[in-house]
Parts: sequence; structure tokens; C-alpha cells
Amino acid sequence: MKNRKQLAENAVHGVFLLLGLITVGCVLLITVYLIISGIPAIRQIGLFNFLFGREWASTAAEPAFGILPFILTSIYGTVGAIILGVPVGFMTAVYLAKVAPPRVKAAAAHAVSLLAGIPSVVCGLIGMRVLVPGIRALFNVPDGASLLAAIIVLAVMILPSIINVSITALEAVPKEYEEASLALGATPVETYFRVSVPAAKSGIAAAVVLGVGRAVGEAMAVMMVAGNAANMPSLFESVRFLTTAVASEMSYSGGLQRQALFSIALVLFLFIMLINAVLNFFLKRSKEK
Amino acid sequence: MITVNDLCLWYGSAQALHHINMAIPEKSITALIGPSGCGKSTFLKTLNRMNDLIPGVKISGEVLYNGENIFAPGVDVNMLRKEIGMAFQKPNPFPMSIYDNIAYGPRTHGITSRIQLDDIVERSLRGAAIWDEVKDRLKKNAHGLSGGQQQRLCIARALAVEPDVILMDEPTSALDPISTSKIEELAISLKEKYTIIIVTHNMQQAVRISDKTAFFLLGEMIEYDDTEKIFAMPRDKRTEDYITGRFG
Repeated sequence: MKNRKQLAENAVHGVFLLLGLITVGCVLLITVYLIISGIPAIRQIGLFNFLFGREWASTAAEPAFGILPFILTSIYGTVGAIILGVPVGFMTAVYLAKVAPPRVKAAAAHAVSLLAGIPSVVCGLIGMRVLVPGIRALFNVPDGASLLAAIIVLAVMILPSIINVSITALEAVPKEYEEASLALGATPVETYFRVSVPAAKSGIAAAVVLGVGRAVGEAMAVMMVAGNAANMPSLFESVRFLTTAVASEMSYSGGLQRQALFSIALVLFLFIMLINAVLNFFLKRSKEK
Repeated sequence: MITVNDLCLWYGSAQALHHINMAIPEKSITALIGPSGCGKSTFLKTLNRMNDLIPGVKISGEVLYNGENIFAPGVDVNMLRKEIGMAFQKPNPFPMSIYDNIAYGPRTHGITSRIQLDDIVERSLRGAAIWDEVKDRLKKNAHGLSGGQQQRLCIARALAVEPDVILMDEPTSALDPISTSKIEELAISLKEKYTIIIVTHNMQQAVRISDKTAFFLLGEMIEYDDTEKIFAMPRDKRTEDYITGRFG
């Protein structure tokens, strides 16, 4: 009897282990596959030429495979989204975590999670129909599909992560700190910004990095609003991101071009790994406090 | 200096304080004693209006501080809390350096000059009898101090905004006996300049340091008199039962 129980116990443990291994296996598979399929093109083109080449002409008679425009566009786009999105998201988080009455907070929390759930293709669609014509009219440029449009769409899309993670960090600040500040005669607003926010800074940094990760990895929405031409980045020019470079050519690519797309995916993958490492650093630090 | 007239307080519909009347003399130590949940902490936090932070609190009656009702509509709560400082049950230094902890209050009230701040920090730390222990590590995080040191740091932080009154809410309940006696010595030395009101669970502590003692029970103030009288010959049977250890 006891043996049968033990056997069942072991079997269940085995199932859990197997399921866990599937996840780990997927990550390993993706990593290995990307490295194996990403390396050949880089070898052929040359690492320097690939990373720092300013021209991408994959289908030309004399093809060029420089992805510097994509790398810079991804960096500028992400930085822009952070510059726009972080102040808005951060202030919203401070308001919701500290100031807002419970009812407003509940309603806003719903709105934020709804925003998080909007598929990126819908964000792209609205950006395409509203933002792109808006930019064309407002700035009097020939085409509104531009880096600026992508930045704005990304800024909106990273808001939920920034708000939610910042709120969690701010709410974890011990009440005793805030009470001590108020008891010294500081106003509530002084207390939020001089005690609560500094005490939550690791968590807020994690929120920002999470936003960076989302912005770097986003493909669909930016493809719909950025115009998708392989230009060096400029605010009102049509641009192409690392993600959209892969997505837009994969369907008709072949030979070296296809291999080069895998190399781009590898570069993107390394970016994300780096961001995750930074994120883990901040999350760990905010837990230690 | 502080006169309490007919003070009642409700948390929602539950009445926590019943018609408290009390006159607290300045430059003395007043101890508030009583069993858990008797309202002594609630009463203490009413004096600097920290109870305002709890939703659903309702207050009637008045507390006169220097002749003015602290609940009057025109009162600046932040100024009131600057003048009536507080030390909490659990030492709660900010997660910053020792220096910044002390300088926090003065900075909040507009002092930016480095020289002035240096002076305030030293004076406050000396005032709280902790200067010699921390003078070489002012830039270190305050959380590296022991519990007793943290509590004296918190008292120094309260002194830095130059209050007249210091409220202490069971300041030694989380401390070891040696740290406790240091806080008690500190309280006695502080009463030369400040009015101190201390909530304590420890009756020996009340006897050791306080000039006056108020006994609270179930939200009522049962008896308030000179500490010696309260402990030598209490007038009320309930006070006697409590101080002789029959309940609580």
C-alpha cells in the first residue's frame, strides 16, 4: 500500500519535472537554433560590415547587408518611447498608489489592464489611421509613417508594464516611512517624492527596464506605423526596426538574405538577453531591501 | 500647555475615546498607561493629528495647544506636526544615510544651507545622546544601526525640526533593556527643554521617568494625577487593579 503511494508520488514528480524540462528545452532550442542559423551570414558578410554597415539592400543586384539603421532605429525608438512613456507612467503610478481614492484606483486599474490586453495589431491599426495622418497634418511632412509615430505607439504600449510594476514597488514601501515623514511636518506630496519614491527606486527602475524590453521586442504595431523603409533613423523619416526587418522580408527571402534575417534575429535576441539581465539585477535589489 | 476638553473619537461607528479631559503641563513627562486597546495610542496620535490619516475617523471636543484648538479649520497640520514631534513604536529611520535622516525635516521646512544643516545635524544627534556613536559614519545608511540606536536617531530626527512637544508611542517596546534605559535617560534629559508625552506598556517605566500619569481603560481616562500618587494610592479601584497586576 505504502509502496503504491510512493510510486504515485514519484510519478507525479516525474510529470512535473518533464513539464519543467519542456520549458527549459524550448529556451535552449531557440537559443541554439538562433546561434546556428545566425552565424553563417555574419561570417560571410563580416561582423563589422554587418553591425556597422549603413546600407541595407538585400534584394539589389549588388546586395548590401548593413543593419546599423535597424539597430539605431530600435535604440532611438525605445529611448523615445521611454522618454515619453516613463514620466506619464511613473506619475500615474504615484497617483494610483498613493493619492487616488479607492474607487478611482479600482477603475484606473481596470483601464490599465485593459490597455495591457489590447493586441498590438489593434494599437498599430489605430496608430495607422489616427496618428500617421495626424503627424502628416500637424508637422506638414509628406508621410506621417515615421519614427515619431512608432515612438508614440510604443510609449502607449509600454505604459501598463511601467504603471503596474511601479505601483507594486510603491505599495511595498513600509507605511512607517511615510508616517515618520508626515509626523515631521512634511506634506503628503513631499512625502511621496522624498520618501516613498526613493524607497521604491529599484522597483521603479525594474519597471522602466521592463518597458524597454517590451519596446525593443515589439514588431507588429511599429511595422504598421513606421513606414518600414531601411533609412538611418530620423524623427520624421520612414524607418525600420530590428523586429520589423525580420518580419517584413522573411516571407519572400532566400539564400544569404534569409540567413542575414536570422542574424538580425540573433542580434535582437542578444539585446533582449541583456535587458533581462539588467531587469533581474534591479528586481533582485528591490527584493533585498 | 496642552489642554484637552471633552475629546471623543470614533473609528467609523465604534467609539474609541470617551470624553477625555486633561491638562498636560509643559517641560515634564506625562505617561499614558493602560491595557492594550484602551485608547492610549489613539489619544496620543490625536495630539498631532496623525489620526487624520485613518479613513473614517471622527472627532469631537477640542485640544488646545498654546490656547488654540488644533482641530480649528484654519490650522496648518504640517506646522502643528513640526511643533509636536513624534517617535514611533518601531524605530523607523528612512532608508537613507544618518545625515539625511536628520536633515530630512529641516530640508522639508526650507533649510538648504550646508553649514546650517551640518549644525542642526550635530545639535540634534547630541541632543538625542547618539552623536558620539555615529559621528564617524554620518554618510552610512541608518539601517546599519542597532535597534536602540535607530530609536535614538528617530528622536534626533524629531528634534531637528525644533518641536516643543515630543510624543513617544511605546518607544522602547521593541528594544532590549540596555537600549531601553538609554532612551529613558534621554527622555529625562529632554524634559528640560521639551514637553514629553509617552505611551508605555511598562509601569516601571512610567514610575521611573514620568511626572504625571494617566490611566486609560476602554477608551476612558480613569485617573490622571502625579505619578507618585497614582502608584502609591490610586483613587479608583480599576487603577489599583491594573497597577497591582490584577489584569492587563
